[in-house]
Amino acid sequence: MNLFDYLEPTTQFVIFSAIKILIVFGVTMTFVAYAVLAERKISAWIQDRVGPNRTAPPITKFIPILGPMLVRLGIFQPMADGLKFLLKEDFTPAYVRKVYFWLAPAIAVIPAFLTFAVIPFGSTLGNPDNKMVIADLNVGVLYTFGIVSLGVYGIVLAGYAANSKYPFLGGIRSSAQMISYEIAMGMSVVAVFMVVGDLNLGAVVQYQAKHGWMVLHQPLAFAIFLIAAFAETNRLPFDLPESESELVGGYHTEYSSMKFALFFLGEYAAMISASAMMVTLFFGGWTLPFLSEPASSLLVGLLHIAIFIAKLVVLLVVFIWVRWMLPRFRYDQLMDLGWRRFIPLALGNILATALVLAFISP
Amino acid sequence: MSTKIVDRKPLSFFENSYLPTLMSGLKVTWKHFKKSALQGRPLTMEYPEQKWVVPQGYRGAPYLVKDQEGSTKCVSCQLCEFVCPPKAIRITPPGPNGAPADRRNAEKAPAEFEINMLRCIFCGLCQEVCPEEAIFLQKDYSLTGESREEMVYGKAKLLQMGGTHGGIQKWKHKLEEAEAQEVFPVRTN
Repeated sequence: MNLFDYLEPTTQFVIFSAIKILIVFGVTMTFVAYAVLAERKISAWIQDRVGPNRTAPPITKFIPILGPMLVRLGIFQPMADGLKFLLKEDFTPAYVRKVYFWLAPAIAVIPAFLTFAVIPFGSTLGNPDNKMVIADLNVGVLYTFGIVSLGVYGIVLAGYAANSKYPFLGGIRSSAQMISYEIAMGMSVVAVFMVVGDLNLGAVVQYQAKHGWMVLHQPLAFAIFLIAAFAETNRLPFDLPESESELVGGYHTEYSSMKFALFFLGEYAAMISASAMMVTLFFGGWTLPFLSEPASSLLVGLLHIAIFIAKLVVLLVVFIWVRWMLPRFRYDQLMDLGWRRFIPLALGNILATALVLAFISP
Repeated sequence: MSTKIVDRKPLSFFENSYLPTLMSGLKVTWKHFKKSALQGRPLTMEYPEQKWVVPQGYRGAPYLVKDQEGSTKCVSCQLCEFVCPPKAIRITPPGPNGAPADRRNAEKAPAEFEINMLRCIFCGLCQEVCPEEAIFLQKDYSLTGESREEMVYGKAKLLQMGGTHGGIQKWKHKLEEAEAQEVFPVRTN
């Protein structure tokens, strides 16, 4: 019996949740920083370049062999980047709509982080009641879609607030793109929940532990979800809202310093949360085929979290890799793909799943 | 007419599925990733550590040269100063009572010879115009300094950077000829 057990259950819950939120937020921020580094490094390698390899804080001089190696890999680059963003001049152009201009970066970054609340990133840690999910919602996936669709407001608002043509065009493109792909994304997931019979993401993981990964049951749903996720997170080949070559920088053209960094953070956090969703929905979450029981000891609990993170990293690499595989889509092609192919495909998938569930394997 | 209309074949169902493009994209990116990340052969030349080989005939910074006996070749004729398009060269002649040249029989040597490397356009006219083969565009292409004054290279620095450039040693030859005139009979060889 320790001091903690004397507290009321509600207080215990609040403390546990606060700790979990802090840790998840910290880990996610670190992941965002290093996702940027991974992006730069992998991009560099694919383009036959070296990538960031110079940033060396003075301490590296005292680490004999490992120090120069870490510098070469650019491990310290995210710190320098962060520091740079903090110290840069925060410039507000005279012609912007000030309130929205200040509001937009916040609105862009918050939904991306809120999504992590419902994702089960591990089984249990310590005692069996201590579930490794911040909010074990029964309607987890509805919450996710609700929050993710808020993300577009930040971008649209940024485009509107900047009060100049390129950001405005970027904002418009982004809203059209995100709205059309959200439908396909939502529909692809419906089939998954028809199979599972529960909207709780923890239940989805449990189902996959018993019956095998969902990507094997619903490959079409996974393909649609993956591509829609690319469009939702504004990643190439669907980065029309940004499209450096034609829109200068899209919605964040007028932003500088920390406000720009927030858009950047939001983009990568959205990428990570989309990957986390995919891991949970299609790749068995924290389970492996032989490690699917909820953890009985602390070590196994940590192992489950590590498994989840490993799967996440693989998907992130896919995200980064695809960036260099395909050129950017033309706008009408993007709309065509979303409305005329994915939505019918997703609907057909729902229908087929329903028929199979009703007549073949109830 | 000369206009040639290229007919585009409609894409097949397979091509329309974006899968072939995806596969070829995967192949190309993997090839480059393998080369630069796994085999460690990126195309980047990491500049300050690795430097490219400066080709023969490269026009870098102009420096003064010495002859094979270590004396200044420049005779302070000021042709390069006159021809220099950006007026980067400035020569101070020794004057009537100045120090003599540091080799026998040469009339003069410059008291001071300055090239402003911030003005110099590396055109090579000074090298072309020099009757003494005393100034050459060499292989330095990256000159740096912390002030404008530092970038004005004086005679000592130019000579030190320029090194030695052997040649016919016109003045020494003339001196030998003159000395031979003193001896009788005239040397024939």
